[in-house]
Amino acid sequence: MPPYRLGAGQRQLWTFPGGLHLPDEKALSNHAPLASAPLPRRLIIPLRQHIGAPAKPVVAVGDRVLKGQLIGEAQGRLSATIHASSSGTVIAIEERPVPHASGMSAPCILIETDDEDAWAELPPPLSARPDPEALRERIRWAGIVGLGGAAFPSSVKLTPAPGIRVRTLILNGAECEPYISCDDRLMRDRPERILQGARLLRDLLGVEACLIAVEDNKPEAILALRQALVTDGDAAGIEIIAIPTLYPSGGEKQLIRILTGQEVPSRGIPAQIGIVCQNIATVAAIADAAFDGKPLISRIVTLTGRGLGQPRNLEVPIGVPIRELIEQAGGLSPRLRRLLIGGPMMGFACDDLDIPVTKAVNCLLALTPDEAPDPGPALACIRCGACAEACPVSLLPQQLYWHARARDLDKVRDYNLFDCIECGCCAVVCPSHIPLVQYYRFAKNECLARDQEKRQAEHARQRHEAKEARLERLEQERKANLRKKKEGLADKAPPPPPGAPVVGALAPAAVAEDPKKAAIAAALKRAAEKKAALASQGLAPKNTENLAPAQQRQVEAAEVRRSELQAAEDAARPRE
Amino acid sequence: MPTAIVSSPFAGRLNRTDQVMLQVILALIPGTLAMVWYFGWGVLINMALASFFALACEALAMKLRGRPVLPAIGDLSALVTALLFAVAVPPTLPWWMTLIGIVFAIIVVKQLYGGLGYNPFNPAMAGYVFLLVSYPLAMTTWLAPNIPEILEAHHLVTLSFLDSARLIFTGALPPHVAWDAMSAATPLDEMFSKLDQNATIPEILASPLWGEYGGRGWEWIGNWFLLGGLYMIWRGVITWRIPVAVLAGLLIPAGMFWLVDPQAFPFPAFHIFAGGTILGAFFIATDPVTACTTPRGQLVYGAAIGLIILAIRHWGGYPDAVAFAVLLMNIAAPTIDYYTQPRVFGHGRREKT
Repeated sequence: MPPYRLGAGQRQLWTFPGGLHLPDEKALSNHAPLASAPLPRRLIIPLRQHIGAPAKPVVAVGDRVLKGQLIGEAQGRLSATIHASSSGTVIAIEERPVPHASGMSAPCILIETDDEDAWAELPPPLSARPDPEALRERIRWAGIVGLGGAAFPSSVKLTPAPGIRVRTLILNGAECEPYISCDDRLMRDRPERILQGARLLRDLLGVEACLIAVEDNKPEAILALRQALVTDGDAAGIEIIAIPTLYPSGGEKQLIRILTGQEVPSRGIPAQIGIVCQNIATVAAIADAAFDGKPLISRIVTLTGRGLGQPRNLEVPIGVPIRELIEQAGGLSPRLRRLLIGGPMMGFACDDLDIPVTKAVNCLLALTPDEAPDPGPALACIRCGACAEACPVSLLPQQLYWHARARDLDKVRDYNLFDCIECGCCAVVCPSHIPLVQYYRFAKNECLARDQEKRQAEHARQRHEAKEARLERLEQERKANLRKKKEGLADKAPPPPPGAPVVGALAPAAVAEDPKKAAIAAALKRAAEKKAALASQGLAPKNTENLAPAQQRQVEAAEVRRSELQAAEDAARPRE
Repeated sequence: MPTAIVSSPFAGRLNRTDQVMLQVILALIPGTLAMVWYFGWGVLINMALASFFALACEALAMKLRGRPVLPAIGDLSALVTALLFAVAVPPTLPWWMTLIGIVFAIIVVKQLYGGLGYNPFNPAMAGYVFLLVSYPLAMTTWLAPNIPEILEAHHLVTLSFLDSARLIFTGALPPHVAWDAMSAATPLDEMFSKLDQNATIPEILASPLWGEYGGRGWEWIGNWFLLGGLYMIWRGVITWRIPVAVLAGLLIPAGMFWLVDPQAFPFPAFHIFAGGTILGAFFIATDPVTACTTPRGQLVYGAAIGLIILAIRHWGGYPDAVAFAVLLMNIAAPTIDYYTQPRVFGHGRREKT
């Protein structure tokens, strides 16, 4: 693909395939400087506000907590700590609805706030060039996760795998989703904070270049950052780049492509090509943690859409129910059609006003019917290809749709379903109004479920085979032991010479006493007599005669058993 | 809360099928007017008839399939099929042939395969070819173009609206007028039947029916359809790939043949200015349902159509070849699509998907 433009003194930029020019709607909410949301009476703080395992609560119901106090400990590598966002009393630790597309509930810590908003003791500020390990530890302590919406723990991203050299740090201020302006406002109102954070990460990773990318529909933000960079001193390696406004240029892989011309390998991560991306709000939070000792207990949320009375951006403590924010933004219009968490392209609908703001909630969007018209029933796909033209990943959405509908999971993989970033471009341009992304999510889930089944089946098979092998091995060992024992016995006591009378085992005295034994002895006698009679008549022996001594012994033993049985039967028979 | 949980994206949709179809209909206007100018009212009567039959067939099929009728009519796809069919057939076609063609196109080729989006063949062209093989004479009888010098030189007459309507509905010719007094060979027919009789190109072009590139009258109709085609590209209804590939696939080999033997092979522009090449390249081959969808696939698909048009015109038994070429490539489209998938972002350049 050719470079997007190359003017004198301008950095060369590239394009990615597809993408859409959408009405950005940012002017609705980006006019007023940041304000703080007032504290609610009750905070609902989910224990899981990040990918990875939920945090473990370290407070109990009834405890008094202070603002910034640790209330949830990270559990595992991809987990993040949780802090109280104001002072108060823990009144419950229970399941509550949380922001999620499924409307699910998850464990939360409920804090009844006192009005003191008293801070806990915070760690001391770090120096301007802190020791890398100390900075990572501070980021981990502060529970900082990606604030662009992905909520990936930042300390993990900032700890490159051994052998990986990060050369470029990209700070993502693109904010390409329509309506959302929280990053725009942050860049305009606190550019110094972002640059402080940028310097921290630049030094931490030892990168050659730190690129701050902003879509060119936010000229004020670009200007504010550039001015701050000039007045603020140390600007080595830091560059502020205006990129063309094109959805989804804020996607990590798309942004890397725009700035460097490189493509992150499919299923790969940017670090593989020596790049680390961070959202600019994350970077500001890192600076807050490093220089103010402040954990991540608030974030900027855009409250917007024509379904809200006064769209605006607010700095919101984590855990504030969205109901309170809606009041702060002038209430919901009676013409409300949809309430979304996130932007119109990738956000999800919510119908519960008691869900709290988490670290991942960047926007609360109230749309009227004009803004989100009902697409109507989906019509047949006419294979017009508009979706393929718009796809930023060069997929063939119409083929994916076709195979997803048929649940042909091999084919959807064939067509690279898992490269789909669910940006929604295909669905927005589809003239038949097919909810394409919904089909891809469905197909992805089906694929994952089938993989899981396969893994379980494979696991069961392996377990079964292992068990079989173990039993077989035990059997072999047992046999080997037996053989060894036998051989040992054979060495000590050689078997009796052939022809030794087995009947000798039956002592005449015993025979006399036991009728059973007497019967046996009689049977043996009869057999011997028969044999002798045959021999005396000169008849050829039958195949049961003229046997080897061992066989003879077996036959005799069988005779013994038979006569025993016979005797037992006789004994059991009722006497007449 | 008045919100229902549905899946993202929630933004308003940017396109609508009926609007796309409407653009196609608008784009047909200049070419249609040109045809009416040269061939009379029959073109418009055919259009009206075909549209009526197509909508009726579509409604009937939806009814029989137990599906809502109005959305299917409202998506305008049946109308587009009807109009494309009507500009392809001769302007004197009896009404019942139009009916048969449309029934075949809409009921058999489109609805029996599942309706809009599921038909493997272009319905308009399938209907056209069905009639062409069933009624070859009626389907190749064209009126002489309405150009005074030609009409005078050959003692030809033109048809009034009433004459056209009577001819179409009753089959009755105007009084004292024979077929010969109205019809003329189409340029393609003239060219290739004379070539078969071992005439040379200069001899054929000496006829007063010939203009600069194709037959008089005929040679400029394509330009008006071209105008509509460019409009569709501008509006993003079609991409440039298929039309350009069709023209390249036709013109490049035609040019090579012409360079080798200009006596036996017409100047390449002839292929554009005679027959339905432009209509086919911009309106027929670009039917999204039946064409290739991958960018590279569209180039292959278009080029193959161009080649097949050339081959059938020169060595086949039918004068115009656009419909056959399109139908033949319709079969190949899924396979071409499969082997021309674009490289997915983040995948290696050589990696087979």
